[in-house]
Amino acid sequence: MNLLEIDAGMIDWSRAQFALTAIYHWLFVPLTLGLALVMGIMETIYYRTGKEFWKQTAKFWQKLFGVNFAMGVATGLILEFEFGTNWSNYSWFVGDIFGAPLAIEGIVAFFMESTFVAVMFFGWKKVSKGFHLTATWLTGLGATISAWWILVANSWMQHPVGQEFNPETVRNEMVSFSDVALSPVAIDKFIHTVLSAWVLGAIFVAGVSAWYLLKKRHLNFARSSLKISAIVGFASSLLIAVSGDHSAYTVAQTQPMKLAAMEALYDGGNDQGLTIVAAVNPFAQPDYANEKEPGMKIAIPNLLSFLATHDFHGFVPGVNDIIRGYTKDDGTVELPLDEKIHRGQAAITALHNYRLGKQNGDETVMREEGAILKENMAYFGYGYIKDADQIVPYIPVCFYAFRIMVGGGCLFILLFALILFYLRKGKDILRPRWLLHAAFWCIPLAYIVSECGWLVAEFGRQPWTIQDMLPTWVGVSDLQSSSVVTTFFLFLILFTTLLIVEFNILRKQIKKGPDLGEE
Amino acid sequence: MKKAGFFTRAWDLYYDGFRQMTLGKTLWLVILIKLFIMFFVLRLLFFPNFLSTHSEKGQEAEFVSSEITNR
Repeated sequence: MNLLEIDAGMIDWSRAQFALTAIYHWLFVPLTLGLALVMGIMETIYYRTGKEFWKQTAKFWQKLFGVNFAMGVATGLILEFEFGTNWSNYSWFVGDIFGAPLAIEGIVAFFMESTFVAVMFFGWKKVSKGFHLTATWLTGLGATISAWWILVANSWMQHPVGQEFNPETVRNEMVSFSDVALSPVAIDKFIHTVLSAWVLGAIFVAGVSAWYLLKKRHLNFARSSLKISAIVGFASSLLIAVSGDHSAYTVAQTQPMKLAAMEALYDGGNDQGLTIVAAVNPFAQPDYANEKEPGMKIAIPNLLSFLATHDFHGFVPGVNDIIRGYTKDDGTVELPLDEKIHRGQAAITALHNYRLGKQNGDETVMREEGAILKENMAYFGYGYIKDADQIVPYIPVCFYAFRIMVGGGCLFILLFALILFYLRKGKDILRPRWLLHAAFWCIPLAYIVSECGWLVAEFGRQPWTIQDMLPTWVGVSDLQSSSVVTTFFLFLILFTTLLIVEFNILRKQIKKGPDLGEE
Repeated sequence: MKKAGFFTRAWDLYYDGFRQMTLGKTLWLVILIKLFIMFFVLRLLFFPNFLSTHSEKGQEAEFVSSEITNR
């Protein structure tokens, strides 16, 4: 088969379908993780104080957790269908690496969550307070551990480690489980993602509580919930700023092109500033080869250098530096794209020859070609690159999604700080109605910010399904684009319907409110 | 009175829990419809395993190597 036979539209539709499914799945996950923490804290207060009020408060948020949990359950499985159908080359190529984390995730999710979630919902009158509290925390822990393994798999695609390519099976095989499971990218991604989920959960609770306060309903309940959510949200959003700083450093070390795209940094250098705003055309890839930098750029001097290298004068490569090749601060050389392409082509040819040698039973050819393949495997994916433009992610999406994510994060810190300020003794939280309105409208904003985080992570690694190893147009199956378009719209209809159903159930439960007896 | 065993109590937990569900019934209905659509409509009709339909069992490596070395 020749590349020309692969329908470019089909690649884009397959990507769009995967993105749609992942974005939809990600609507449920952060609220599950975030509400699990908030309701766990509330039930712990009930356990310690014995006050019925806290039991009913925890039960109300558990009910909303249940709605979200039920709607989100199994939505991630569709991604696995797509691996097998739309991304079969990719799935085969990574199978052994991906299999272990996903299998562990499946087992943990199934046994831990399904066991303890039942105790949590059915066990209020059946088990002791302590056992129920343990089940509540373990439900949240199970969901968080699930997230860990999914993020391990995702991180391996962003920064493949702990594997060796076997030309016999044409698969990457795990040689170090600990390298895969504890990769620095996985750790950073897990911490950043879980914290972001806690922030979203806290905003959801704060927003719903604010709505009750605006409606002057369930005031004690709303004040108490608002207080817990503001404490959780404020702490999480401060921690996420710290984890974001570390993530930026890791991205700079492992995926410099992603960082360059996030910053619209065309020509890098020492003493780089962090861009606050710049006039990047949102609808077209900029002419990075000829423009020096985006227009009307306002930056904080030297901050990007510090974030990327932990040195205010450190060297940060731009898009063009990465294409031309550059020397890092530690003296190591990043090869120019031409050289990477040359090595990648050598690796692909070696694999081809190895397979021919295998067919002919020629062990000498297999040994020699296997050695060439091993030497150049790190650049395998570059063998498919025809043009420098192909290795540059779509800059406008990376640039703006990053700024929405960071800007939203800063806004949430301010929101939680203000709520905590007004919740102090002597202040009336009902008075600053604008703050309650802001808290309520931050619910959709939190989802947008959360999804933008994924957009940065996933757009920023384009064109790679596996960084430096397999571009999208090689990982994709040779399907008819019409069939992918059909399933794309089927999903769109299904997901939209489910979302409307969930939204309506949530809305009804919120309008109904908590069962607080005579409050 | 003799205390019921672990399995009996676990059975009671689930049995009574499911019987007394209110909102849960709606949620389970949505889950079952969703799972039916996913596994019996989408999976069977639209998401066949590409490799198993395009290569013989045991020949997947040959098929994928041919795909990725000729693109």
